[in-house]
Amino acid sequence: MDISSLTIDIIRDGLRSRRFSAVELASEALRFAEAENPKTNAYLRLAPERALGAARAVDERIARGEDAGPLAGVPVAVKDVILTKGFTTTCGSKLLANYVPPYNATAIERLEAAGGVILGKTNCDEFAMGSSNENSAFGPVRNPVALDRVPGGSSGGSAAVVAQGTAVVSLGSDTGGSIRQPASFCGVVGVTPTYGRVSRYGLTAFASSLDHIGPFARNVKDAATLLGVIAGRDVRDATSAETPVPDYSAGLGAGVKGLRLGLPREYFKDLTPETGAPLGRAVDALQRLGCDVRDISLPNTEYAIASYYIIATAEASSNLARYDGVRYTSRSEHSETLSDMYRNTRGEGFGAECKRRIMLGTYVLSSGYYDAYYLKAQKVRALVARDFARAFEEVDAVIAPVSPFPAFKLGEKVDDPIAMYLSDIYTITGSLAGIPCMSVPCGETPDGLPVGMQILTKHFDEATMFRIAAAFEQTA
Amino acid sequence: MKITEDEVRYVAGLANLKLDDAEVAKFRADLDGILEHIDKLNELDVAGVAPMAQVLVEQTAELRADVPAPPLGNDAALANAPMRGPGLFKVPRVIER
Repeated sequence: MDISSLTIDIIRDGLRSRRFSAVELASEALRFAEAENPKTNAYLRLAPERALGAARAVDERIARGEDAGPLAGVPVAVKDVILTKGFTTTCGSKLLANYVPPYNATAIERLEAAGGVILGKTNCDEFAMGSSNENSAFGPVRNPVALDRVPGGSSGGSAAVVAQGTAVVSLGSDTGGSIRQPASFCGVVGVTPTYGRVSRYGLTAFASSLDHIGPFARNVKDAATLLGVIAGRDVRDATSAETPVPDYSAGLGAGVKGLRLGLPREYFKDLTPETGAPLGRAVDALQRLGCDVRDISLPNTEYAIASYYIIATAEASSNLARYDGVRYTSRSEHSETLSDMYRNTRGEGFGAECKRRIMLGTYVLSSGYYDAYYLKAQKVRALVARDFARAFEEVDAVIAPVSPFPAFKLGEKVDDPIAMYLSDIYTITGSLAGIPCMSVPCGETPDGLPVGMQILTKHFDEATMFRIAAAFEQTA
Repeated sequence: MKITEDEVRYVAGLANLKLDDAEVAKFRADLDGILEHIDKLNELDVAGVAPMAQVLVEQTAELRADVPAPPLGNDAALANAPMRGPGLFKVPRVIER
């Protein structure tokens, strides 16, 4: 069997017709992942016992004639910021190199209850902070499409395993673009659902008002299926929404005739032909499918980065205060007093990007600055959200680029953190508004690097977003 | 200049981060550049705009039932501690003299 091109449908058919068992599939997938992973460093560690145990349970359910679940036997990879009970979860940080969680994230519980087989945990930027996966304490990930380039970040490993074929689908997390940007760099589908759609219980907190869990897949239907499994109210996350979860895969074939799509002019004006040309061809294709395409304006876009980097770092400085050498992190040796121990543990343990963001966040929250920075940023966030709310009065979806450039070379941008922050411009706005957004592959640059198209819709209208992505996917 | 090295050291103290001199210099320059960009927000008049502290309000208004459930348990909570005693986390001495 060709592991690298499996889909959820192929696996379901294979299990039903007894062409292979879940255990055979899991064994083969583990073998393939182990053989291929050294090329990319996308997996931090494989979980053979857990995977084979889950696969055996699926085979037993099938043997008893039971429904084995919508993800029965599907090899899944999980970003290493999502807690897996009894299986090391590092968050890409030296501080948590030996951390073994005492409980599962809700998303993990749901995906294993649905028959999903977790193959292992994937590399990421430390505490999900970065756009290139070069901030991992365990080494960077290489983009499987071009091994001298980054896979994007922070969910670089989760995007890379799906592109490489060492997992069928995966989970990532997105705070300002950390699913969509690596999806576009690696040429796979990546989905950031509505804020509150998926419980974050067991997701290591970065910026609580912005954090999301979402799926990666090689096709739109698989991403929709995985989201359907993990979405829904969870009493353990007070921000998870009561709103019912529809069957996302049901409407995928409904077509897009008559749908109104908005192209925000602020997003297209500075686009280079390298990424602009494939995106333009994708918009033409949607028009040919019967979409009504029009220009719109999201006037506060240029203020989004500043707002985001205040809110995200302020919340991060608070959330990361818990890594103090007492309860779950490693501890700096040779500290005489408790306060020295805190300072040394954190100074030695955090990488440069985490320190930079903790410093900025602490600064903007420090005495006398709250109104000028955090409060102001929250007001600007309201303006960015209002831009979208107004746009959705006249269009059903917004079509936008994902990143100003395709995957760049390893090391190319590490010395310029501000340039890195600015490159998040097209993904941060949707994050601030909390609306569903996804990246779907839409073509290549002249150098053969993948380019993603971003689709954004109203709160809880994932169905329309998936419908547009699925219709476009059929034309490719 | 938006921020001095002394301010960087002060903020590092608030954040419980030990930084060496090279880091202080580097973060001063980085924060300076970022704060410069953030100044862009002063172009906007946000008087009368309500701050957006969370995305959803009505969809998450319901509180869970207040029903006791088993806690994590002492052993599980202590399992990852770098230094533990019987039912407690151990730390270096707290009172400095």
